[in-house]
Amino acid sequence: MPTLTIDGQEITVEANTTVLQAAEELGIEIPRFCYHDRLSIAGNCRMCLVEMERAPKPIASCAMPVGEGMVIHTTSPIAEKARKGAMEFLLINHPLDCPICDQGGECDLQDQAVAYGRNDSRFDEMKRAVNDKYLGPLVATTMTRCIMCTRCVRFATEIAGVEELGATYRGEETQISTYIEEALTSELSGNLVDVCPVGALTNQAYAFTARPWELAKTESIDVHDAVGCNIRIDCRGAEVLRVLPRLHEDVNEEWLSDRSRYAVDGLALQRLDQPYVRVDGKLQPAAWETAFAAIKARLDGLGEDRGGKIAAIAGDMADAEAMLALKEMFTALGSPNIDCRQDGAKIGGKHRGGYLFNSSIAGIEDADALLLVGCNPRTEATLVNARIRKRWLAGGFKVGVIGGTSGPGDDLTYKYDYLGAGPETLSEIADGSHAFAKVLADAERPMIILGSGAIARDDGAAVLELARNVAEKNNMISADWNGFNILHRAASRVGGLDLGFLPGDGGRDVAGIVDGAGKGEIDLIWLLGADEIDMAGLGNAFVVYQGHHGDAGAHRADVILPGAAYTEKDATWVNTEGRVQLGRRAAYPPGDAREDWTILRAFSAILEQPLPYDDLQQLRDHMVEAAPSMGEIDDVAPGEMGAFGVAGDVGAEAFVSPIDDYYLANAICRASTVMADCSRLYTDTTTNTGSTGGATGTNG
Amino acid sequence: MLSDQDRIFTNLYGFQDWGLEAARKRGDWDNTKAILDKGPEGIIDEIKASGLRGRGGAGFPTGLKWSFMPKESDGKPTYLVVNADEGEPGTCKDREMMRHDPHKLIEGCLIAGFAMRASAAYIYIRGEFFVEANNLEAAVQEAYDAGLIGPNACGSGYSYDVFVHRGAGAYICGEETALIESLEGKKGQPRLKPPFPAGVGVWGRPTTVNNVESIAVTPTIMRRGADWFAGFGRDNNNGTKVFCISGHVEKPCNVEEEMSIPLRELIEKHAGGVRGGWDNLLAIIPGGSSVRMLPKSICDDVLMDFDALSAEKSGLGTAAVIVMDKSTDLIRAITRLSQFYAHESCGQCTPCREGTGWMWRIMERLATGEADVAEIDMLLEVSTQIEGHTICALGDAAAWPIQGLMRHFRPMVEERIMDRKNKQPAAA
Amino acid sequence: MKRVPAPAEQQPGSFAFTAENLEVAKGHIAKYPPRRQASAVMPLLDLAQRQHDNWLPRAAMDAIAEILEMPRIRVYEVATFYTMYNLAPVGQHFIQVCTTTPCWLRGSDDVISACKSKLGVALGETTADGKFTVIEVECLGACVNAPMMQINDNYYEDLTAESTIAVLEALAKGETPKVGPQSGRHTSEPAGGPTTLREFMGDG
Repeated sequence: MPTLTIDGQEITVEANTTVLQAAEELGIEIPRFCYHDRLSIAGNCRMCLVEMERAPKPIASCAMPVGEGMVIHTTSPIAEKARKGAMEFLLINHPLDCPICDQGGECDLQDQAVAYGRNDSRFDEMKRAVNDKYLGPLVATTMTRCIMCTRCVRFATEIAGVEELGATYRGEETQISTYIEEALTSELSGNLVDVCPVGALTNQAYAFTARPWELAKTESIDVHDAVGCNIRIDCRGAEVLRVLPRLHEDVNEEWLSDRSRYAVDGLALQRLDQPYVRVDGKLQPAAWETAFAAIKARLDGLGEDRGGKIAAIAGDMADAEAMLALKEMFTALGSPNIDCRQDGAKIGGKHRGGYLFNSSIAGIEDADALLLVGCNPRTEATLVNARIRKRWLAGGFKVGVIGGTSGPGDDLTYKYDYLGAGPETLSEIADGSHAFAKVLADAERPMIILGSGAIARDDGAAVLELARNVAEKNNMISADWNGFNILHRAASRVGGLDLGFLPGDGGRDVAGIVDGAGKGEIDLIWLLGADEIDMAGLGNAFVVYQGHHGDAGAHRADVILPGAAYTEKDATWVNTEGRVQLGRRAAYPPGDAREDWTILRAFSAILEQPLPYDDLQQLRDHMVEAAPSMGEIDDVAPGEMGAFGVAGDVGAEAFVSPIDDYYLANAICRASTVMADCSRLYTDTTTNTGSTGGATGTNG
Repeated sequence: MLSDQDRIFTNLYGFQDWGLEAARKRGDWDNTKAILDKGPEGIIDEIKASGLRGRGGAGFPTGLKWSFMPKESDGKPTYLVVNADEGEPGTCKDREMMRHDPHKLIEGCLIAGFAMRASAAYIYIRGEFFVEANNLEAAVQEAYDAGLIGPNACGSGYSYDVFVHRGAGAYICGEETALIESLEGKKGQPRLKPPFPAGVGVWGRPTTVNNVESIAVTPTIMRRGADWFAGFGRDNNNGTKVFCISGHVEKPCNVEEEMSIPLRELIEKHAGGVRGGWDNLLAIIPGGSSVRMLPKSICDDVLMDFDALSAEKSGLGTAAVIVMDKSTDLIRAITRLSQFYAHESCGQCTPCREGTGWMWRIMERLATGEADVAEIDMLLEVSTQIEGHTICALGDAAAWPIQGLMRHFRPMVEERIMDRKNKQPAAA
Repeated sequence: MKRVPAPAEQQPGSFAFTAENLEVAKGHIAKYPPRRQASAVMPLLDLAQRQHDNWLPRAAMDAIAEILEMPRIRVYEVATFYTMYNLAPVGQHFIQVCTTTPCWLRGSDDVISACKSKLGVALGETTADGKFTVIEVECLGACVNAPMMQINDNYYEDLTAESTIAVLEALAKGETPKVGPQSGRHTSEPAGGPTTLREFMGDG
């Protein structure tokens, strides 16, 4: 633990600390551009030069390890000259286009120029101009503004794991580009905008829409997957203009998946902003009273034993409050037919450890071997994947994959052994006959991750049991380590499971509900934002769709109750780890739409079975009673383990990741024009291969 | 004057064959095993005692540099890398050694590599030296075939490989860490130090980078002894040295001479004197383009060694003497160097990437007089904003020629500006 | 001089090393430690350029990336960083005239003028018959033999306007002009004979 002196203050720090980090610990800010604490050290901007006594010239504090007895001056004439010089050099070829630059107001270069720059320009030559580059539909480029800090290159290479961006040519001709002018193939590309300290890389979708000081900023939680990324929602009035990641070391660090960032235009499109009632086969706008009356009439027509004839399904983005209210309403109606597992995953029950990502996301970094079963974390939980890559980069980490990807060639951004496609391989690992079993057995902290491709299938319970066997046999579960993990895709799922939004005694699960509806046994179905079930199979059932987008559910609905999107409500979500997090309302729902729990509360009054809460706090108190874990905000309690899963035969079919199009995975994405563009570009492979064949008529 | 018997590079001009047989006749590979038998410490001590300082420009004591390499092996390879990326304007000595006397370098690789316990040498030769690389590669093959290198090199029981790696056009790869990056198959962008190459070098392994000449003189020093080598030149500036004399002399040439030879003597003895006579001399850049120039008054009696030239705020550098007579447009001559540095900047760090181009453009205007006198001070200030602030020394090298010009010839620069102003038609 | 890659219509759709060159490539890769095959990127780019009329199409870079298991962008970075890789077609005789200060002091302007006037092209251009391209380059490391130019792999030194034209004319006629000093001296000894090492002028 060396002790050094910075600006007259002594500090003792860990040996591997840099001078810049030590200064930060003292609260001394050293300006920088290229340095980023999650990227490798480049030392190229020279903004962080400081004076070190006995050194012949100033040193780059970002790269210099601390040493015993070092004496550093960060504001001496030598340091200030270096800094002022670097600042001037950065600005001479930087355009004076701040008024038309989207980075304006949140630009490191702008801020530091004010703090450290000269008042005048001495540069009398022509400024350099650089051609803009194409990086895909999400990131706009104005490369003349680039200061060559290479943060973007390092981000793409190190964090995103797509080595497609580089600094080509040299000297003042250096250019950041892909060289081939093709879109970056990353689901993390939006983060390039965040790491760029200037306006060279900006958010294409947000281009020229607002200045940062016009925006109301709300800290909230993302729901596009089950990671529970911490986000900031920036609104002007009722309009969500952009979403940015917010630091949470244990969840998303400071990154965000492209879908979460760029689907926001979908929040303003295809919205359900008033109730509808189907009249003569057509959905007609209606007042809330009319819509509620229509549902009540249908319920009343079902008689005393209506409980068995009605059902409720919670969708993938539903919040915990709404699910609790819906569950309790259905309980009051005497119905056991509720389910939050649209995909039919065979999980849930009293052993919370059987449906959580028990290692925790940050815990991936402690693991030394990983078996992925039936999931493609890159598309299902991009930031879990980024964490796996981070662990892999650190070395000494073997990854085995069973199914979930399209095969051994599928790029997960880290190396893995493709072990097989289906349950058979998992069985071989369970009985120790597969070579990878030894990898797990030899590991100190092995982990297994089951995706919905492994458990959302007929033999899902048997696969779950098999996976638990693998975990137990390979020392994955001990007092200080739990390597058994379920990777959810739906933001609502763990909350729903925690609240028991599952079939009650004799109740039907999603498949049973759809089946029952098709056979006429289920007469009324309440869809809480559920769009991913087989709508065509619902027969003549009366469908209530409560949600925010005019997607599959709304098209099938007989009554539409307009709800709030995740940006429009104060609500709770529980991520795949079991981490309870609070989303906050950034804007009001459009038109007559309402926060979801209030809709249910209002309808319960119409049913004359009012739910026992009149405000959000009462509801939350009630929720904590129902599921105590709901009270532990941002806490991850160890999941209780037990004999979950059901012993049985596993099938032979391959495990398939359910996401075939990352960019169109939910109703908000499907409403987004930006996501539609991405889907066309990244997923539609026919455009590249369709030109050959056919016309020759040879048929091979 | 140095006698031919004391010259190391006896085939400097290539009048004889470069091959192994001829090299042996010149004394190369003569009982090399006996040298290796002195052991790593013995060799390093001898080189230290000889006073040999690096011939690539910086003049760091060679034996000391070798001693930084790990003494205990961790079982993994370590490397000697020979910097043959000769590109400093004015410098063309390594080229002659490699095409005319390659075995001196190869034998030096073995001895130096053995002394620093390296497992192999990589000779990084600039890509344009195609003929030179061919000779060198052929000589390496000869040495392998004769059992001089490879397994059991020279019968010593020591296994040692020598490889030739060609560059592809980048002055910056003459910087040792850029060279290492380039050898790894990357852009030649200098690394941050620490860590230093002796700890973390090529492929992450301990590495020492030495200039061609530093390595090629090693066998002769070992044969003739440290005292012999140290007997030339002044204290702390020992040995013989190959000088490159270019520019406005009657007979530009390379020549091996004693260190500390007076500059004037060097030029007059070997290069036929300054074109038009010594009095026609305007200025000399004594150590390759990166050092500050000297006006005639200093050239009259300055000695050609590290200490004498650094006392004059210049440097021995690569000992490339660029002579400029009174017909020279000195501003244009330095402007062309500024262009060189802007072209060769790797672009990695801000002051160099932005500053070298800026200085060049100002210099272009100073060369035509299209500037204000105040811009001279601004240019000097810009040069000091680059100097000492970059990752590698290219920033310094770009700054010093300009500083040298202004230090000694500022009135000339001012005069050109005033001349141009006076020629402008008076404003209406 | 700004280096610009050949436009798409000039880029071949694919590139493959000849069987012979593939063996040469393997020899290069073998020079470096295991798993450090990326070190061979420079010799392989050079090899590809020699196989492909002295310029490097993108397809060749991609092929090399595949052989060396490198991300393509890392190969593009290298190919664009080093000036000896020609990113667009050049003439059969690729003339690089050094104009850095030591050559400039000795008359490189005359060499440039001679090239331009003899060939009727500006710097960076190729003659209509595709035979010659002239560019200006930085120091080639033959300063005591200044001024000089490199044509393909060979150095032509101690040039004057006249000897420059003579070299070009010889090349145009399909002849191979004498490489090295055009002034009559052997290599880098003082003109008229060395002041040292006279006894080493024979066979030793």
